[in-house]
Amino acid sequence: MMNDLGRAFAEAFGLVARLDPQLLDIVALSLKVSLTAVVLAALVGLPLGAVLAVERFRGRQAVVVLLNALMGLPPVVVGLLVYLLLSRAGPLGSLGILFTPAAMIVAQAILVTPIVAALSRQVLEDAWREYEEQLRSLGARRMTAAITLLWDTRFSLVTIVLAGFGRAAAEVGAVMIVGGNIDGVTRVMTTTIALETSKGDLPLALGLGVILVGLVIMLNAAASLIREAALRRYG
Amino acid sequence: MELRRSLLCAAVILSTAATAPDAPAQKFITVASTTSTEQSGLFKHILLVFEKKTGIQVRVVALGTGQALDMARRGDADVVFVHDKVAEEKFIAEGYGVRRLEVMYNDFILVGPKSDPAKIAGGKDILAAYKRIAGAAAPFVSRGDRSGTHAAEVRLWKAAGIDPAIGKGTWYRETGSGMGPTLNTAAGMNAYAFTDRGTWLSFKNRGELVIVVQGDKRLFNQYGIMLVNPAKHAHVKKDLGQAFIDWVVSADGQRAIAGYKIGADQLFFPNARKEQAPARRLE
Repeated sequence: MMNDLGRAFAEAFGLVARLDPQLLDIVALSLKVSLTAVVLAALVGLPLGAVLAVERFRGRQAVVVLLNALMGLPPVVVGLLVYLLLSRAGPLGSLGILFTPAAMIVAQAILVTPIVAALSRQVLEDAWREYEEQLRSLGARRMTAAITLLWDTRFSLVTIVLAGFGRAAAEVGAVMIVGGNIDGVTRVMTTTIALETSKGDLPLALGLGVILVGLVIMLNAAASLIREAALRRYG
Repeated sequence: MELRRSLLCAAVILSTAATAPDAPAQKFITVASTTSTEQSGLFKHILLVFEKKTGIQVRVVALGTGQALDMARRGDADVVFVHDKVAEEKFIAEGYGVRRLEVMYNDFILVGPKSDPAKIAGGKDILAAYKRIAGAAAPFVSRGDRSGTHAAEVRLWKAAGIDPAIGKGTWYRETGSGMGPTLNTAAGMNAYAFTDRGTWLSFKNRGELVIVVQGDKRLFNQYGIMLVNPAKHAHVKKDLGQAFIDWVVSADGQRAIAGYKIGADQLFFPNARKEQAPARRLE
C-alpha cells in the first residue's frame, strides 16, 4: 500500500514535471467542461435562488424541498437522462451532440444547478430576513431587493459556486455516459482515472487523482485570495 | 437588464462550447466497440494509421458488446466493432446492421490464483476446469454485464452442464462491470476469472493471478465489424463508415492489426476473408 502510494505520487509528479501533452489536453478539457457547466448553473441557479428567497407564492415550499433533494442527484442518473434525451432515438437526437463536450456540459450543469440554487436560496433568505425592513423602507421592489441581496452576499455565493465546481469536476458517472470517454475528444480527468483503474494501472490512476485534487485546491486558493483582496479593498 | 445580459451571456457560452470541439471541421465517425479492443491499446495503434491515410477521425466509445449493440440500435454509432457472433447475427437479422464482416480473433483464457484451489492449472479443457471450480466451490468472478466475454463465459457454463446461479452469493460473484474492474476484483479476492487474452496482456494489477487454462478450441474469440443500417438511421455516415470497414479488412488494415504487440505478444490475429474484402460496395 505505502509502495503504491509512493508510486502514485511519483507518477503524478512525473506527469506534471514533463508537462505531458496528453495530460494537458485532458486537464484543459476537464476545466473547460466543468467551468462552463458551473457558469451556466450559476446563471440559472443564482436568480432562481434569489427569486425563491424574496418571493412568496403557492408551492414555493415544495420547490424549495425539491431543490434541496435534487442536490443529491446521482450523476449516473443525470447521465442516463441526458443520454436518452440526446440519443439519436431521443427527442433532442437531431442536435447530434451526444458524445461531445457540449453534452457533458449539459449533464454537469443539470447536476450543479440545484446545488447553486438551493444553497444560494438559503443564504439569500437569511440576508432577506435581516434587511427586509430596511430595503422596504427604501421603497425597493422585490426584484431590486433580490439583486441587492445577490450583490451583498457575493462572497458567500462564490463559495457556493465553488462547491458546485467541485461537484462537477469530481463526478464521473454522467460524463462517462454522455461523453463516451472518447480519446482526445471527450476524455476528462475523472474518466481517465476510471479507465486507468480498469487497466489495472492503479498508481497512474491515483497519480491522476492527485493532480485533479491539486487543481481543485489551486482553484479554491485563487478564489480565496480574490475574496481576501476584495474584502480588504471594500471592507 | 440583468436578465437580458445573463441570457446573452448564456447564449455566447453555449455556442462557443458547442462549436469549439469540432473547430478544425474534421471528418469523423463514431464506432461503438468493446473495452477489450480499446483498453488493450489496439485502437490507439491502428487508428493512427487509418487517420493518417484518410484524414477521418475515428471516435471510439468502448462498452460491453451488448451495450455497444444497443447504442448502435439507437442510432448513436456509425459502425459497430464487437465480439459476440450470436448477438451480432441477431443485430443483422433485426435489420440494424448492413452486413457482418469478420476482422480478427484472439482467444479467451481462464486466470486464477497461483494457489489454484480447484487444481486446474495447466489444463486445456475449459469445461473440465469449470466443473472442478463448481465442485470445489472455488471463488469465480464473472462480468455479469452482457458483454461478449460474459456471453462466452455463460455459454461455456451451459456447455459444462452447470448453472453458476447456484453459486451466487457464495463462490460465483457477478461484478456487473467491465473486464478490467472484474480482473481487479479477482486479483483482490484471489478468484478465478474468464477473460480475453488482449485485456489480460495489457492488465497491470495482476496480484497473484496467472493463466490457468488456455488453448481449448472452444475459447476462440472472433471479432466482427458492421455498418449501422442507414435505412434505419438516416444520419449514419455511410461513406465514411464504409471506408473504415473497407480499410480494416484490407491488407493494410490487417497488417496494422497484426503489428500490434505488447512486449513479444501479438494481441489480435487478423482473419478477414478475401472474398469478403472491399470489392463490393454498399448497395
